[in-house]
Amino acid sequence: MSYAKPLPVPDPESRPFWEATKQHKLLMQRSPTTGKFQFPPTTFTPGGLERPEWVEVSGRGKVFSWIVVRAPTPADIYAADVPYTVALIELDEGVRMASNIVNCAPEDVSAGMPVKVLYKQVTDEITLPLFEPA
Amino acid sequence: MTWALRDKYAITGIGNTEYTKNSGRTVRSLASEACLRAIADAGLKVEDVDGIVSFNFNDSAPAIGVASEIGVPAAGYAVDYLAGGNGANLITLAATAAIEAGLAKTVVCYRAMNGRSGFRLGGGRDMSAYGITQWTAPFGWITYPQAMAMWARRHIVQYGTTPEQFGEIAMTCRENAMLNERAMQRGPMTLEDYMHSKPIVDPFRKFDICLESDGACAVVITSAERARDMPHKPVYIMGGAYGGGPTQGDDFFDAIRWPDHAHNAFKYLGDDLWKSAGITPKDVDVAQIYDCFTYSVLMALEGLGFCKEGEGGPFVMGGRIRRDGELPINTAGGLLSEAYIHGFNHVLEAVEQLRGHSGERQIKDAEICLTTAGAMTCASAMILRN
Repeated sequence: MSYAKPLPVPDPESRPFWEATKQHKLLMQRSPTTGKFQFPPTTFTPGGLERPEWVEVSGRGKVFSWIVVRAPTPADIYAADVPYTVALIELDEGVRMASNIVNCAPEDVSAGMPVKVLYKQVTDEITLPLFEPA
Repeated sequence: MTWALRDKYAITGIGNTEYTKNSGRTVRSLASEACLRAIADAGLKVEDVDGIVSFNFNDSAPAIGVASEIGVPAAGYAVDYLAGGNGANLITLAATAAIEAGLAKTVVCYRAMNGRSGFRLGGGRDMSAYGITQWTAPFGWITYPQAMAMWARRHIVQYGTTPEQFGEIAMTCRENAMLNERAMQRGPMTLEDYMHSKPIVDPFRKFDICLESDGACAVVITSAERARDMPHKPVYIMGGAYGGGPTQGDDFFDAIRWPDHAHNAFKYLGDDLWKSAGITPKDVDVAQIYDCFTYSVLMALEGLGFCKEGEGGPFVMGGRIRRDGELPINTAGGLLSEAYIHGFNHVLEAVEQLRGHSGERQIKDAEICLTTAGAMTCASAMILRN
Protein backbone atom coordinates (compact mmCIF):
# COMPACT_ATOMS: atom_id res chain seq x y z
CA MET A 1 0.00 0.00 0.00
CA SER A 2 1.37 3.40 -0.88
CA TYR A 3 2.08 5.93 1.84
CA ALA A 4 -0.64 8.62 1.79
CA LYS A 5 0.74 11.17 4.28
CA PRO A 6 2.95 14.13 3.39
CA LEU A 7 6.47 13.03 2.53
CA PRO A 8 9.55 15.23 2.87
CA VAL A 9 11.20 16.18 -0.41
CA PRO A 10 14.93 16.32 0.37
CA ASP A 11 16.70 19.34 -1.12
CA PRO A 12 20.33 20.50 -1.20
CA GLU A 13 20.03 21.85 2.36
CA SER A 14 18.11 18.97 3.91
CA ARG A 15 19.50 15.89 2.13
CA PRO A 16 22.18 15.12 4.77
CA PHE A 17 19.46 15.07 7.45
CA TRP A 18 17.23 12.63 5.59
CA GLU A 19 20.17 10.43 4.53
CA ALA A 20 21.19 10.19 8.20
CA THR A 21 17.76 9.26 9.53
CA LYS A 22 17.81 6.26 7.18
CA GLN A 23 20.90 5.16 9.16
CA HIS A 24 19.09 5.93 12.45
CA LYS A 25 21.22 8.99 13.12
CA LEU A 26 20.01 12.49 13.96
CA LEU A 27 22.15 15.24 12.42
CA MET A 28 21.96 18.94 13.12
CA GLN A 29 23.87 21.91 11.73
CA ARG A 30 26.14 24.10 13.82
CA SER A 31 28.47 27.01 13.28
CA PRO A 32 32.07 25.82 13.11
CA THR A 33 33.25 29.00 14.83
CA THR A 34 30.66 29.56 17.58
CA GLY A 35 29.44 25.99 18.00
CA LYS A 36 25.86 27.28 18.02
CA PHE A 37 23.35 24.78 16.64
CA GLN A 38 20.65 25.76 14.15
CA PHE A 39 17.54 24.19 12.68
CA PRO A 40 15.95 24.07 10.10
CA PRO A 41 19.06 23.72 7.93
CA THR A 42 20.26 26.66 5.85
CA THR A 43 23.18 27.30 3.53
CA PHE A 44 24.70 30.06 5.67
CA THR A 45 24.86 30.67 9.40
CA PRO A 46 23.19 33.93 10.48
CA GLY A 47 25.42 36.95 10.12
CA GLY A 48 27.70 36.12 7.24
CA LEU A 49 28.90 33.78 4.55
CA GLU A 50 29.99 31.03 6.94
CA ARG A 51 28.84 27.51 6.03
CA PRO A 52 27.37 25.44 8.86
CA GLU A 53 28.68 21.91 9.51
CA TRP A 54 26.57 18.80 10.12
CA VAL A 55 27.16 16.87 13.34
CA GLU A 56 25.38 13.97 14.99
CA VAL A 57 23.42 14.95 18.09
CA SER A 58 22.23 13.01 21.11
CA GLY A 59 18.60 12.62 20.04
CA ARG A 60 17.53 13.62 23.54
CA GLY A 61 15.52 16.63 24.54
CA LYS A 62 12.44 17.97 26.26
CA VAL A 63 8.90 18.83 25.18
CA PHE A 64 8.67 22.62 24.67
CA SER A 65 5.06 22.77 23.43
CA TRP A 66 2.58 20.29 22.00
CA ILE A 67 -0.83 19.88 20.42
CA VAL A 68 -3.22 16.96 20.25
CA VAL A 69 -4.96 16.60 16.90
CA ARG A 70 -8.52 15.36 17.41
CA ALA A 71 -10.27 16.34 14.15
CA PRO A 72 -8.26 14.63 11.39
CA THR A 73 -7.25 16.93 8.51
CA PRO A 74 -7.28 15.80 5.74
CA ALA A 75 -9.92 13.52 7.22
CA ASP A 76 -9.34 10.50 5.00
CA ILE A 77 -5.61 10.46 5.62
CA TYR A 78 -5.50 10.92 9.39
CA ALA A 79 -8.78 9.28 10.46
CA ALA A 80 -7.05 6.23 11.89
CA ASP A 81 -4.39 8.29 13.69
CA VAL A 82 -6.37 10.66 15.91
CA PRO A 83 -5.80 11.58 18.60
CA TYR A 84 -2.11 12.10 17.86
CA THR A 85 0.47 14.42 19.40
CA VAL A 86 2.72 16.88 17.57
CA ALA A 87 5.37 18.55 19.69
CA LEU A 88 8.08 21.14 19.44
CA ILE A 89 11.02 19.39 21.03
CA GLU A 90 13.94 21.29 22.45
CA LEU A 91 16.98 19.12 21.87
CA ASP A 92 19.76 19.04 24.48
CA GLU A 93 21.92 20.88 21.93
CA GLY A 94 19.60 23.92 22.18
CA VAL A 95 17.58 23.80 18.95
CA ARG A 96 13.94 22.94 18.44
CA MET A 97 12.34 20.60 15.92
CA ALA A 98 8.80 19.38 15.34
CA SER A 99 7.92 15.71 15.56
CA ASN A 100 5.39 13.30 16.99
CA ILE A 101 5.41 11.97 20.54
CA VAL A 102 4.64 8.26 20.36
CA ASN A 103 4.36 5.46 22.91
CA CYS A 104 2.70 7.97 25.25
CA ALA A 105 -1.00 8.79 25.70
CA PRO A 106 -1.73 12.40 24.67
CA GLU A 107 -2.94 13.28 28.18
CA ASP A 108 0.39 12.13 29.66
CA VAL A 109 2.46 14.61 27.65
CA SER A 110 3.68 17.57 29.69
CA ALA A 111 5.94 20.60 29.30
CA GLY A 112 9.55 19.75 29.97
CA MET A 113 8.96 16.01 29.66
CA PRO A 114 12.24 14.29 28.67
CA VAL A 115 12.08 12.50 25.34
CA LYS A 116 14.40 10.51 23.08
CA VAL A 117 14.41 9.87 19.37
CA LEU A 118 13.31 6.70 17.60
CA TYR A 119 12.98 6.05 13.89
CA LYS A 120 10.11 5.02 11.67
CA GLN A 121 10.79 4.00 8.10
CA VAL A 122 7.80 5.09 6.01
CA THR A 123 9.15 4.53 2.47
CA ASP A 124 12.38 3.25 0.95
CA GLU A 125 13.61 6.83 0.79
CA ILE A 126 12.26 8.35 3.98
CA THR A 127 12.70 7.49 7.64
CA LEU A 128 11.05 9.92 10.08
CA PRO A 129 12.60 10.77 13.44
CA LEU A 130 9.90 10.45 16.13
CA PHE A 131 10.16 10.86 19.90
CA GLU A 132 9.03 8.89 22.94
CA PRO A 133 9.33 9.45 26.69
CA ALA A 134 12.96 9.00 27.81
CA MET B 1 12.13 52.56 13.06
CA THR B 2 9.00 54.55 13.74
CA TRP B 3 6.35 55.43 11.16
CA ALA B 4 6.51 59.21 10.96
CA LEU B 5 3.34 60.41 9.17
CA ARG B 6 1.06 61.08 12.13
CA ASP B 7 -2.31 62.54 11.03
CA LYS B 8 -1.02 63.34 7.53
CA TYR B 9 -3.19 60.71 5.81
CA ALA B 10 -6.75 59.59 6.23
CA ILE B 11 -9.20 56.86 5.30
CA THR B 12 -11.95 58.55 3.35
CA GLY B 13 -13.90 55.64 1.89
CA ILE B 14 -14.78 52.08 2.82
CA GLY B 15 -16.45 49.32 0.86
CA ASN B 16 -17.21 45.64 1.14
CA THR B 17 -19.10 42.82 -0.49
CA GLU B 18 -21.45 40.42 1.22
CA TYR B 19 -19.63 37.85 3.35
CA THR B 20 -20.68 34.34 2.33
CA LYS B 21 -19.61 30.71 2.25
CA ASN B 22 -19.92 30.43 -1.51
CA SER B 23 -19.82 33.64 -3.52
CA GLY B 24 -20.17 31.92 -6.90
CA ARG B 25 -18.02 34.76 -8.26
CA THR B 26 -14.44 35.36 -9.25
CA VAL B 27 -12.17 36.80 -6.58
CA ARG B 28 -11.40 39.69 -8.93
CA SER B 29 -15.06 40.67 -9.13
CA LEU B 30 -15.30 40.63 -5.33
CA ALA B 31 -12.26 42.90 -5.15
CA SER B 32 -13.66 45.21 -7.80
CA GLU B 33 -16.99 45.53 -6.01
CA ALA B 34 -15.36 46.40 -2.68
CA CYS B 35 -13.03 48.92 -4.36
CA LEU B 36 -15.84 50.57 -6.35
CA ARG B 37 -17.98 50.87 -3.22
CA ALA B 38 -15.06 52.40 -1.29
CA ILE B 39 -14.35 54.89 -4.10
CA ALA B 40 -18.03 55.91 -4.22
CA ASP B 41 -18.14 56.16 -0.42
CA ALA B 42 -15.23 58.61 -0.61
CA GLY B 43 -17.20 60.71 -3.10
CA LEU B 44 -14.67 59.98 -5.82
CA LYS B 45 -14.68 58.61 -9.33
CA VAL B 46 -12.51 55.77 -10.55
CA GLU B 47 -10.49 58.32 -12.55
CA ASP B 48 -9.41 59.93 -9.27
CA VAL B 49 -7.61 56.76 -8.18
CA ASP B 50 -3.96 56.35 -9.14
CA GLY B 51 -2.76 53.66 -6.75
CA ILE B 52 -4.05 50.23 -5.81
CA VAL B 53 -2.56 47.85 -3.24
CA SER B 54 -3.47 44.39 -1.98
CA PHE B 55 -1.96 41.40 -0.19
CA ASN B 56 -2.30 37.74 -0.91
CA PHE B 57 -1.21 34.14 -0.51
CA ASN B 58 -1.58 33.55 -4.26
CA ASP B 59 -5.30 33.40 -3.53
CA SER B 60 -6.41 36.91 -4.46
CA ALA B 61 -6.87 39.01 -7.57
CA PRO B 62 -3.76 40.95 -8.62
CA ALA B 63 -3.95 44.72 -8.21
CA ILE B 64 -3.42 45.34 -11.92
CA GLY B 65 -6.35 43.04 -12.73
CA VAL B 66 -8.68 44.91 -10.43
CA ALA B 67 -7.41 48.25 -11.73
CA SER B 68 -8.16 47.02 -15.25
CA GLU B 69 -11.67 45.78 -14.43
CA ILE B 70 -12.75 48.93 -12.63
CA GLY B 71 -11.07 51.19 -15.16
CA VAL B 72 -8.31 53.01 -13.28
CA PRO B 73 -6.84 55.05 -16.15
CA ALA B 74 -3.21 54.85 -15.05
CA ALA B 75 -2.40 52.98 -11.87
CA GLY B 76 1.06 54.26 -11.10
CA TYR B 77 1.35 52.38 -7.85
CA ALA B 78 -0.23 48.95 -8.33
CA VAL B 79 1.37 46.53 -5.92
CA ASP B 80 0.61 43.15 -4.36
CA TYR B 81 2.24 42.27 -1.09
CA LEU B 82 2.88 38.63 -0.20
CA ALA B 83 1.47 38.63 3.31
CA GLY B 84 -0.63 36.65 5.72
CA GLY B 85 -2.63 37.85 8.69
CA ASN B 86 -0.08 40.60 9.13
CA GLY B 87 -1.15 42.31 5.91
CA ALA B 88 -4.21 44.45 6.64
CA ASN B 89 -2.53 47.41 8.31
CA LEU B 90 0.71 46.84 6.45
CA ILE B 91 -0.80 47.68 3.06
CA THR B 92 -2.68 50.66 4.46
CA LEU B 93 0.55 52.05 5.91
CA ALA B 94 2.28 51.27 2.60
CA ALA B 95 -0.29 53.44 0.86
CA THR B 96 0.61 56.41 3.07
CA ALA B 97 4.28 55.88 2.27
CA ALA B 98 3.56 55.72 -1.46
CA ILE B 99 1.59 58.97 -1.37
CA GLU B 100 4.25 60.65 0.78
CA ALA B 101 6.86 59.58 -1.77
CA GLY B 102 4.85 61.13 -4.58
CA LEU B 103 4.03 57.81 -6.24
CA ALA B 104 0.26 58.34 -6.01
CA LYS B 105 -2.35 60.72 -4.65
CA THR B 106 -5.30 58.47 -3.93
CA VAL B 107 -4.77 54.80 -3.16
CA VAL B 108 -7.33 52.01 -2.83
CA CYS B 109 -6.30 49.11 -0.58
CA TYR B 110 -8.21 45.83 -0.65
CA ARG B 111 -8.23 42.19 0.36
CA ALA B 112 -10.42 39.78 -1.57
CA MET B 113 -10.74 36.04 -1.24
CA ASN B 114 -12.95 33.04 -1.82
CA GLY B 115 -11.66 31.82 1.52
CA ARG B 116 -14.33 29.16 1.94
CA SER B 117 -15.39 28.09 -1.54
CA GLY B 118 -12.00 28.49 -3.21
CA PHE B 119 -8.48 28.37 -1.81
CA ARG B 120 -8.79 27.61 1.91
CA LEU B 121 -5.84 28.94 3.91
CA GLY B 122 -3.61 26.04 4.90
CA GLY B 123 -5.50 23.84 2.49
CA GLY B 124 -3.10 24.33 -0.37
CA ARG B 125 -0.38 22.11 1.02
CA ASP B 126 0.02 19.04 -1.13
CA MET B 127 1.34 15.67 -0.02
CA SER B 128 4.85 16.46 -1.15
CA ALA B 129 6.44 18.45 1.64
CA TYR B 130 8.89 20.84 -0.02
CA GLY B 131 11.08 23.42 1.67
CA ILE B 132 10.16 24.42 5.19
CA THR B 133 7.08 22.19 5.05
CA GLN B 134 9.26 19.07 5.13
CA TRP B 135 9.90 19.83 8.81
CA THR B 136 6.20 20.09 9.73
CA ALA B 137 3.71 18.31 7.46
CA PRO B 138 5.25 14.80 7.63
CA PHE B 139 4.34 14.81 11.34
CA GLY B 140 0.69 15.65 10.63
CA TRP B 141 1.25 19.34 11.50
CA ILE B 142 -0.53 20.85 8.50
CA THR B 143 -3.39 23.26 9.17
CA TYR B 144 -3.46 26.75 10.69
CA PRO B 145 -5.42 25.64 13.76
CA GLN B 146 -2.70 23.03 14.29
CA ALA B 147 0.03 25.65 13.85
CA MET B 148 -1.50 28.15 16.24
CA ALA B 149 -2.50 25.64 18.90
CA MET B 150 1.23 25.23 19.53
CA TRP B 151 1.41 28.93 20.48
CA ALA B 152 -1.72 28.84 22.62
CA ARG B 153 -0.38 25.81 24.52
CA ARG B 154 2.78 27.68 25.36
CA HIS B 155 0.73 30.54 26.83
CA ILE B 156 -1.21 28.02 28.93
CA VAL B 157 2.01 26.34 30.11
CA GLN B 158 3.66 29.60 31.14
CA TYR B 159 0.70 31.54 32.50
CA GLY B 160 -2.09 29.10 33.34
CA THR B 161 -4.52 30.57 30.80
CA THR B 162 -7.93 28.86 31.03
CA PRO B 163 -10.64 27.75 28.57
CA GLU B 164 -13.02 30.20 30.26
CA GLN B 165 -10.69 33.05 29.28
CA PHE B 166 -10.53 31.88 25.67
CA GLY B 167 -14.30 31.44 25.81
CA GLU B 168 -14.85 35.01 26.98
CA ILE B 169 -13.18 36.26 23.79
CA ALA B 170 -15.33 34.01 21.59
CA MET B 171 -18.51 35.07 23.42
CA THR B 172 -17.63 38.77 23.25
CA CYS B 173 -17.17 38.57 19.48
CA ARG B 174 -20.43 36.68 19.07
CA GLU B 175 -22.37 39.13 21.22
CA ASN B 176 -21.14 41.96 19.00
CA ALA B 177 -21.87 40.06 15.79
CA MET B 178 -25.48 39.70 16.87
CA LEU B 179 -25.81 43.47 16.31
CA ASN B 180 -24.12 43.42 12.91
CA GLU B 181 -26.21 42.55 9.89
CA ARG B 182 -23.07 41.74 7.86
CA ALA B 183 -21.94 39.07 10.32
CA MET B 184 -21.96 35.43 9.22
CA GLN B 185 -22.57 34.02 12.72
CA ARG B 186 -25.31 35.79 14.67
CA GLY B 187 -26.72 33.14 16.98
CA PRO B 188 -26.11 33.53 20.72
CA MET B 189 -23.17 31.69 22.32
CA THR B 190 -23.00 30.73 25.99
CA LEU B 191 -19.96 29.52 27.88
CA GLU B 192 -21.52 26.08 27.78
CA ASP B 193 -21.84 26.31 23.99
CA TYR B 194 -18.17 27.27 23.84
CA MET B 195 -16.99 24.52 26.17
CA HIS B 196 -18.98 21.89 24.29
CA SER B 197 -17.97 23.00 20.80
CA LYS B 198 -16.15 20.28 18.88
CA PRO B 199 -12.55 19.57 19.94
CA ILE B 200 -10.40 20.25 16.87
CA VAL B 201 -6.83 20.32 18.07
CA ASP B 202 -6.03 20.72 21.77
CA PRO B 203 -6.12 23.27 23.22
CA PHE B 204 -8.58 24.55 20.54
CA ARG B 205 -12.27 23.88 20.28
CA LYS B 206 -14.25 24.85 17.20
CA PHE B 207 -15.25 28.21 18.71
CA ASP B 208 -11.60 29.19 19.24
CA ILE B 209 -11.17 29.18 15.46
CA CYS B 210 -12.22 31.94 13.05
CA LEU B 211 -14.67 31.59 10.19
CA GLU B 212 -13.79 30.93 6.58
CA SER B 213 -15.39 33.45 4.22
CA ASP B 214 -15.80 34.56 0.64
CA GLY B 215 -15.76 38.33 0.29
CA ALA B 216 -13.75 41.51 -0.04
CA CYS B 217 -13.05 44.75 1.81
CA ALA B 218 -11.48 47.98 0.57
CA VAL B 219 -10.49 51.41 1.86
CA VAL B 220 -9.48 54.65 0.13
CA ILE B 221 -6.44 56.51 1.46
CA THR B 222 -5.54 60.09 0.65
CA SER B 223 -3.91 63.11 2.26
CA ALA B 224 -5.55 64.71 5.29
CA GLU B 225 -5.82 67.93 3.31
CA ARG B 226 -7.80 66.33 0.47
CA ALA B 227 -9.79 64.21 2.94
CA ARG B 228 -11.35 67.30 4.47
CA ASP B 229 -13.21 68.01 1.20
CA MET B 230 -14.79 64.56 1.04
CA PRO B 231 -18.29 63.55 2.16
CA HIS B 232 -17.44 61.71 5.37
CA LYS B 233 -15.63 62.87 8.46
CA PRO B 234 -12.00 61.84 7.80
CA VAL B 235 -10.56 59.02 9.85
CA TYR B 236 -6.92 59.99 10.36
CA ILE B 237 -4.10 57.49 10.52
CA MET B 238 -2.53 58.61 13.77
CA GLY B 239 0.02 55.86 14.22
CA GLY B 240 1.25 52.65 12.75
CA ALA B 241 3.80 49.90 13.09
CA TYR B 242 4.82 46.85 11.15
CA GLY B 243 7.30 44.10 11.86
CA GLY B 244 8.19 41.38 14.26
CA GLY B 245 10.99 39.84 16.21
CA PRO B 246 14.07 37.87 15.20
CA THR B 247 13.80 34.66 13.13
CA GLN B 248 10.34 35.29 11.69
CA GLY B 249 10.62 32.03 9.77
CA ASP B 250 10.57 30.82 6.18
CA ASP B 251 6.86 31.40 5.56
CA PHE B 252 3.63 32.30 7.34
CA PHE B 253 3.36 28.86 8.95
CA ASP B 254 6.91 28.35 10.11
CA ALA B 255 7.80 29.49 13.61
CA ILE B 256 10.25 26.74 14.58
CA ARG B 257 12.98 29.27 15.37
CA TRP B 258 10.74 31.78 17.18
CA PRO B 259 12.23 32.54 20.61
CA ASP B 260 9.14 31.93 22.76
CA HIS B 261 5.67 31.06 21.51
CA ALA B 262 4.00 32.38 24.67
CA HIS B 263 4.10 35.79 23.02
CA ASN B 264 3.98 36.90 19.41
CA ALA B 265 5.16 39.73 17.17
CA PHE B 266 3.23 42.39 19.10
CA LYS B 267 5.82 42.16 21.87
CA TYR B 268 8.17 43.81 19.37
CA LEU B 269 5.75 46.39 17.90
CA GLY B 270 4.29 48.19 20.89
CA ASP B 271 6.95 50.81 21.50
CA ASP B 272 7.03 51.91 17.87
CA LEU B 273 3.26 51.97 17.62
CA TRP B 274 2.63 54.17 20.66
CA LYS B 275 5.57 56.42 19.81
CA SER B 276 4.28 56.94 16.27
CA ALA B 277 0.85 58.02 17.55
CA GLY B 278 2.07 59.89 20.61
CA ILE B 279 -0.44 58.15 22.88
CA THR B 280 -0.54 55.25 25.35
CA PRO B 281 -2.83 52.21 25.57
CA LYS B 282 -5.01 54.08 28.08
CA ASP B 283 -6.05 56.52 25.33
CA VAL B 284 -7.65 53.81 23.16
CA ASP B 285 -11.47 53.88 23.17
CA VAL B 286 -12.11 50.78 21.10
CA ALA B 287 -9.91 48.06 19.58
CA GLN B 288 -10.27 45.74 16.60
CA ILE B 289 -7.85 42.93 17.41
CA TYR B 290 -6.90 40.22 14.94
CA ASP B 291 -8.72 37.15 16.20
CA CYS B 292 -7.93 34.34 13.83
CA PHE B 293 -7.95 32.37 17.07
CA THR B 294 -9.08 33.40 20.53
CA TYR B 295 -5.58 33.26 22.01
CA SER B 296 -4.18 35.78 19.53
CA VAL B 297 -6.24 38.51 21.23
CA LEU B 298 -4.44 37.79 24.50
CA MET B 299 -1.01 38.04 22.91
CA ALA B 300 -1.85 41.35 21.18
CA LEU B 301 -3.19 42.85 24.42
CA GLU B 302 -0.08 41.78 26.30
CA GLY B 303 2.40 42.63 23.57
CA LEU B 304 1.01 46.13 23.09
CA GLY B 305 1.02 46.79 26.82
CA PHE B 306 -2.70 46.84 27.72
CA CYS B 307 -1.68 44.47 30.51
CA LYS B 308 1.49 42.75 31.64
CA GLU B 309 2.90 39.73 29.86
CA GLY B 310 0.93 36.66 30.90
CA GLU B 311 -1.99 38.63 32.33
CA GLY B 312 -4.11 38.69 29.18
CA GLY B 313 -6.35 35.91 30.48
CA PRO B 314 -7.46 37.66 33.67
CA PHE B 315 -7.52 41.02 31.80
CA VAL B 316 -10.30 39.97 29.40
CA MET B 317 -12.59 38.74 32.19
CA GLY B 318 -15.21 40.67 34.13
CA GLY B 319 -16.70 42.46 31.14
CA ARG B 320 -13.63 44.57 30.38
CA ILE B 321 -13.66 43.80 26.63
CA ARG B 322 -17.47 43.89 26.20
CA ARG B 323 -19.17 46.88 24.59
CA ASP B 324 -19.77 48.66 27.90
CA GLY B 325 -16.34 47.74 29.29
CA GLU B 326 -13.09 49.65 29.60
CA LEU B 327 -11.73 48.35 26.28
CA PRO B 328 -14.44 47.14 23.89
CA ILE B 329 -12.96 44.85 21.25
CA ASN B 330 -14.05 43.47 17.88
CA THR B 331 -17.27 45.40 17.84
CA ALA B 332 -18.45 43.94 14.51
CA GLY B 333 -17.88 40.38 15.70
CA GLY B 334 -14.32 39.96 14.52
CA LEU B 335 -12.89 37.17 12.45
CA LEU B 336 -14.46 34.73 14.90
CA SER B 337 -18.04 35.79 14.20
CA GLU B 338 -18.31 38.51 11.52
CA ALA B 339 -16.16 37.11 8.70
CA TYR B 340 -12.61 36.26 7.82
CA ILE B 341 -11.49 38.72 5.18
CA HIS B 342 -7.96 38.20 6.43
CA GLY B 343 -8.33 40.94 9.01
CA PHE B 344 -9.30 43.71 6.61
CA ASN B 345 -12.85 43.75 7.94
CA HIS B 346 -11.37 45.01 11.23
CA VAL B 347 -10.18 48.17 9.44
CA LEU B 348 -13.67 48.80 8.06
CA GLU B 349 -15.28 48.45 11.48
CA ALA B 350 -12.69 50.83 12.96
CA VAL B 351 -13.68 53.45 10.40
CA GLU B 352 -17.39 52.92 11.04
CA GLN B 353 -16.88 53.30 14.79
CA LEU B 354 -14.93 56.54 14.31
CA ARG B 355 -17.57 57.91 11.94
CA GLY B 356 -20.24 57.00 14.48
CA HIS B 357 -21.88 54.72 11.91
CA SER B 358 -21.85 51.44 13.83
CA GLY B 359 -25.54 51.56 14.70
CA GLU B 360 -26.62 49.50 17.68
CA ARG B 361 -23.07 48.37 18.34
CA GLN B 362 -21.63 51.92 18.31
CA ILE B 363 -19.24 52.69 21.16
CA LYS B 364 -20.29 56.07 22.50
CA ASP B 365 -17.86 58.92 21.87
CA ALA B 366 -15.26 56.65 20.26
CA GLU B 367 -12.38 58.88 19.16
CA ILE B 368 -9.38 56.56 19.00
CA CYS B 369 -9.42 53.02 17.64
CA LEU B 370 -6.64 50.43 17.48
CA THR B 371 -6.56 47.89 14.67
CA THR B 372 -4.18 44.94 14.69
CA ALA B 373 -3.32 42.31 12.11
CA GLY B 374 -1.33 39.14 12.55
CA ALA B 375 -0.94 36.51 15.23
CA MET B 376 2.45 34.93 14.79
CA THR B 377 5.97 36.15 14.03
CA CYS B 378 5.16 39.32 12.11
CA ALA B 379 2.28 41.72 12.49
CA SER B 380 0.98 45.22 11.85
CA ALA B 381 -1.10 47.72 13.75
CA MET B 382 -2.63 51.16 13.29
CA ILE B 383 -4.04 53.83 15.54
CA LEU B 384 -6.95 55.64 13.87
CA ARG B 385 -8.72 58.75 15.16
CA ASN B 386 -11.57 60.97 14.09
